[in-house]
Amino acid sequence: MQYEGEVVAGSSCLLRFLTTWIGSFQEFLILAGLAFRNVVRRPHYYDDVFLQMDIIGVGSLPIVILTGAFSGAIIALQMSRALNTYGASSQVGAIVSLTLVRELGPVLTALLVAGRNASGIASELGSMKVTEQIDAMRALGTDPVQKLVTPRLTATAIMLPCLTVVADAIGLFGAFVVAVPLLRLITSEQYWSTSWRALVLNDLGQGLGKPFVFGMLIALIGCFYGLRTTGGTQGVGRATTQAVVAASIWIFFVTFLIDKIFVNL
Amino acid sequence: MPDESSVLDFQRVSLQYEGTWALRNVSLALKAGETRIILGAAGSGKTTLLKAVIGLVHVDEGTIKIFGEEVTSRKEHELYSLRGRAGMLFQEGALFDSLSIGENVEYPLMNQQPTGRQGDEASLQSEADQRAREALRFVELEQTFDKFPSELSGGMRRRVGIARAIVTEPPLILYDSPTAGLDPITANTIMALVAKERDVRNTTSLIVTHRYQDGELMANFRYNPERAELVPVPEEEQTDPSHSRTKFIVMKEGEVIFLGTRRELESCDDDYVKRFVRHEA
Ligand SMILES: Nc1ncnc2c1ncn2[C@@H]1O[C@H](COP(=O)(O)OP(=O)(O)OP(=O)(O)O)[C@@H](O)[C@H]1O
Ligand SMILES: [Mg+2]
Repeated sequence: MQYEGEVVAGSSCLLRFLTTWIGSFQEFLILAGLAFRNVVRRPHYYDDVFLQMDIIGVGSLPIVILTGAFSGAIIALQMSRALNTYGASSQVGAIVSLTLVRELGPVLTALLVAGRNASGIASELGSMKVTEQIDAMRALGTDPVQKLVTPRLTATAIMLPCLTVVADAIGLFGAFVVAVPLLRLITSEQYWSTSWRALVLNDLGQGLGKPFVFGMLIALIGCFYGLRTTGGTQGVGRATTQAVVAASIWIFFVTFLIDKIFVNL
Repeated sequence: MPDESSVLDFQRVSLQYEGTWALRNVSLALKAGETRIILGAAGSGKTTLLKAVIGLVHVDEGTIKIFGEEVTSRKEHELYSLRGRAGMLFQEGALFDSLSIGENVEYPLMNQQPTGRQGDEASLQSEADQRAREALRFVELEQTFDKFPSELSGGMRRRVGIARAIVTEPPLILYDSPTAGLDPITANTIMALVAKERDVRNTTSLIVTHRYQDGELMANFRYNPERAELVPVPEEEQTDPSHSRTKFIVMKEGEVIFLGTRRELESCDDDYVKRFVRHEA
């Protein structure tokens, strides 16, 4: 009897969790649908798109460059030791370019941008929500999704692939500095030709397709948590944290999904 | 068939937030030029009532009409044109932080411009500029045109909020707590502006307030354009209910528990209602 009660209580708790989660996910999909539909609908707020591109793209450049350089250098350092044991240290360029372009470049850049901009978007929209600016916008005849969400979606989807290309290039350069002048594993020509030849079209597709998807995810998740903020300034803090956590988890989950599809190709 | 001049019509409107009533069976009707002063404790549903008028919150039951058109059955994008005919002052002003004061006040003008209007971009902009300055002059804040909301005091932001609500000269204006948290002098200035707006343009208004004096002022004073100031309404008109276009509403837990004139309010002996009436000692 007693256990039965606990089981019922436990399962109803789980059920409640599941229904709220599914409910939120449904709301998220609705928001995403509206935001995508508005990409082709008028009015277009180009000024806001460019402003967001500046904030997200140019603003993230320094941290993306730094992280890219160090991750390239670190991979080169670690790989050179492992490759040495197999007498394959000439392949360091190939290994670095594959790991960077396929996985680390997109994922690291997306995580950085999630930390920087999913939080920024969530807190900005969250503050607007709790100070009734979103309601004011609706009262004055502007669709908040059109004015706030779609520009952020467009801007992030465009800028994240660009940032990733930068991170990849800088990472390759960081690895070059370690492999060639520092450790003298191979010559400069060898490094660049092996690293370039290692890449096939599939890698480039993954390397650019992933950040495109991540960009949309980051913007939409930031906007979603921002727009559903309740409970004053405390709520804004909560929304910001939730946005970063959710965006990071989704980045890993989607990476896994994409890899599952592409690796089997 | 609703009256032609009926501006606002609530019929048995109810709204619940997670089990608590924000609006419960609310029925209201306002004709053009009338005013309702809404009193009630914190959380009694006053803001929700105002937001429901222009469809910012979706009600669970009942119908709301403004200007004879139904708000409750419309989709969000179908409401925009209707909202253009109502101005709203939000409780905390709700000015856009990223825009200057001038841009804030121009926003409704630039946004609710009917499409296909004559005139190029530049002339529209300069006309909007002109009207925004006028609206700011009305609330005596023209000098703040190029400042940002963060540089203004709370009372100034509230006044800019009023300017933004009235700049399109809408026939219906909703004021959410125009005087809350202000010193008595600023509060009186603001209420004088509200009364002036009502008398100059014959607007219909819903005014949420915590101060009984605000309602008294609306009921007993009238703007005199010749003297450019508020003058008391003659005593015999005050007592005649057919003249009183200003009525009071008291809300409690989402319900309208009182609706009537100032005199009826003052003679009401419900304990809750009494709390909102200032009795002369
Ligand atoms: N977005 C919301 N989510 C959940 N509950 C809400 C929401 N907005 C309002 N409520 C609840 O609805 C009720 C009415 O709120 P409302 O804001 O209309 O009160 P109010 O009369 O304007 O109060 P105040 O005088 O403090 O401004 C309150 O119980 C409040 O907790
Ligand atoms: Mg309120």
